[in-house]
Amino acid sequence: MKSKQPSHLRSIVAHVVLIILSFMCLFFFYILIVNATRSHADLQKGFSALPGSYLFKNLSNVANDGTFPMIRGILNSLIVSGCSAAICTYFSALTAYGLYAYDFKLKKVAFTFIMAILVMPTQVTAMGFLRLITNMGMYDSLLPLIIPSIASPSVFYFMYSYLQSSLPLSLVEASRIDGCGEFRTFNRIVLPIMKPAIAVQAIFSFVGSWNNYFVPALVIQSKDKMTVPILIATLRGADYMNFDMGKIYTMILVAIVPIIIVYLCLSKFIIAGVTLGGVKE
Amino acid sequence: MKQKNKKIDYSKWGYYFILPFFISFFIFSFIPLVDTIRYSFFEYYRSGIKEVGPNFVGMANYVSLLGSDMLKYAANTMILWIIGFIPQIVIALVLAEWFVDARLKIHGTQFFKVVIYLPNLIMASAFAMLFFTMFSTNGPVNGILMSIGLISKPIDFLGSVIGTRSLVGFMNFLMWFGNSTIMLMAAIMGISPDIFEASDLDGCNSFQRFFYITLPQIRPILAYTLITAIIGGLQMFDVPQILTNGQGSPDRTSMTLIMFLNSHLKSKNYGMAGALSVYLFIVSGILCFFVYRMTNNDDPDGSKAAAKKAKKLAKKQGRG
Repeated sequence: MKSKQPSHLRSIVAHVVLIILSFMCLFFFYILIVNATRSHADLQKGFSALPGSYLFKNLSNVANDGTFPMIRGILNSLIVSGCSAAICTYFSALTAYGLYAYDFKLKKVAFTFIMAILVMPTQVTAMGFLRLITNMGMYDSLLPLIIPSIASPSVFYFMYSYLQSSLPLSLVEASRIDGCGEFRTFNRIVLPIMKPAIAVQAIFSFVGSWNNYFVPALVIQSKDKMTVPILIATLRGADYMNFDMGKIYTMILVAIVPIIIVYLCLSKFIIAGVTLGGVKE
Repeated sequence: MKQKNKKIDYSKWGYYFILPFFISFFIFSFIPLVDTIRYSFFEYYRSGIKEVGPNFVGMANYVSLLGSDMLKYAANTMILWIIGFIPQIVIALVLAEWFVDARLKIHGTQFFKVVIYLPNLIMASAFAMLFFTMFSTNGPVNGILMSIGLISKPIDFLGSVIGTRSLVGFMNFLMWFGNSTIMLMAAIMGISPDIFEASDLDGCNSFQRFFYITLPQIRPILAYTLITAIIGGLQMFDVPQILTNGQGSPDRTSMTLIMFLNSHLKSKNYGMAGALSVYLFIVSGILCFFVYRMTNNDDPDGSKAAAKKAKKLAKKQGRG
């Protein structure tokens, strides 16, 4: 009996700590949601724990604001994130398959090289990148936010680990004997096998690109090409005291809600994906 | 014909398949890197509408950076990182241990995991903007504190050094502790249950179990988490940038290295930005090397080498 008592106590402590931490995580979103449903005048009066009825008015205010084209921003963000996620996962899978299934002279060199730059921050080349795309005439366009994601070392590494664990090379042999071309083999046989890995990485690269602020802020100039994070940043830079606070909260809400909805639908899948291929054990 | 087919050399397909990756890397990362390094040796900036340079000045940019506030910003970055990272790793370790421990019978594990991972996916800039409005002098946090009666007049969180730094640290903590928890949990679940069972039989209590079994067993992943967190900390930008509107206020005490780089890039001071990038490149290159060693080595944290050394030492002492 004596040994059971402390374990019981520890269990209570664990639950209390977990509840406090969860409260911390959710509290801010709660305030955000409540404040997004209240008008500017209500917000000035002070905080209230109960939501108001102003959400749709706030939403239409945000949608009709010419200085902060939020709908356009969301559209731009969707284009950039969607395209990046698609080409990033496809080409990473292609690269991983190329290095996994074929033997060639530079195989080892190529693999070592990618592993060496696995966690290299993109910021260190930002200056040259900015000059390069200016010279290429791609300054202030969405393309430089999409195309470079073809080379994503960490996604490659994930795909490579996945291939190692789930693609027997005999399958490739078999499709060769059946007269299937190499590229066709990849698209018709290897890609379907890699679906789970591609789905996980597509989500993560979509989120990463949706939230990315540093590079877009350097590249994008004109208002109609801004992505959501840049719009939020300009909101901070503007004279915010004269703003409709309800609108500000609603804009923040609109910026993060799409991701939260996707996350809640796929949470089990995403959490399982965090650790997959993260570290070799 | 058939005979010939059998001997087809497929190796060229390997090159074709990895070509897009390397072309993209070459154009969008390698050329920029070379360009960045090249201009770090030039005086090249814009003042007003006049462009000065590029004139070759050798190491002058590097030297003048060392004389500027760069080291102060490096210290800022480190302080902001530590304020967030220490609670992050401690709480992540404790939570991971709790989640795995069946004796605690934690209810709703999945719910807690979903909730603590949630902030990791939130747009950092929107999160920073949210904190800015909430912790402003007439924001909801001050409102709540005053209505409870804890304070009589609003606290100016963003006006004080400690307030701003703690807010940045707190946000980083909130955004990353869930991610670390899940990583470390996977590591702990990878430990053979036999070891835990044996320790139970030997009458190990939970503290002993944690310090003598769990911690040493997950050392490689702990080291990996640490290094990747340092690299992440080096890149700290979104949160302090938006929270302080790029000023690093008050008095640039929350200005990070990447914010410094960003301000040079915005003002088109390419020479200085180049030199700063090279400094960052060297530091992250060293860190990348550690990650490379960990992901490609059978002996990721040098524990085996250490064990060998200890054995040798023991032998020596035994003889002596």
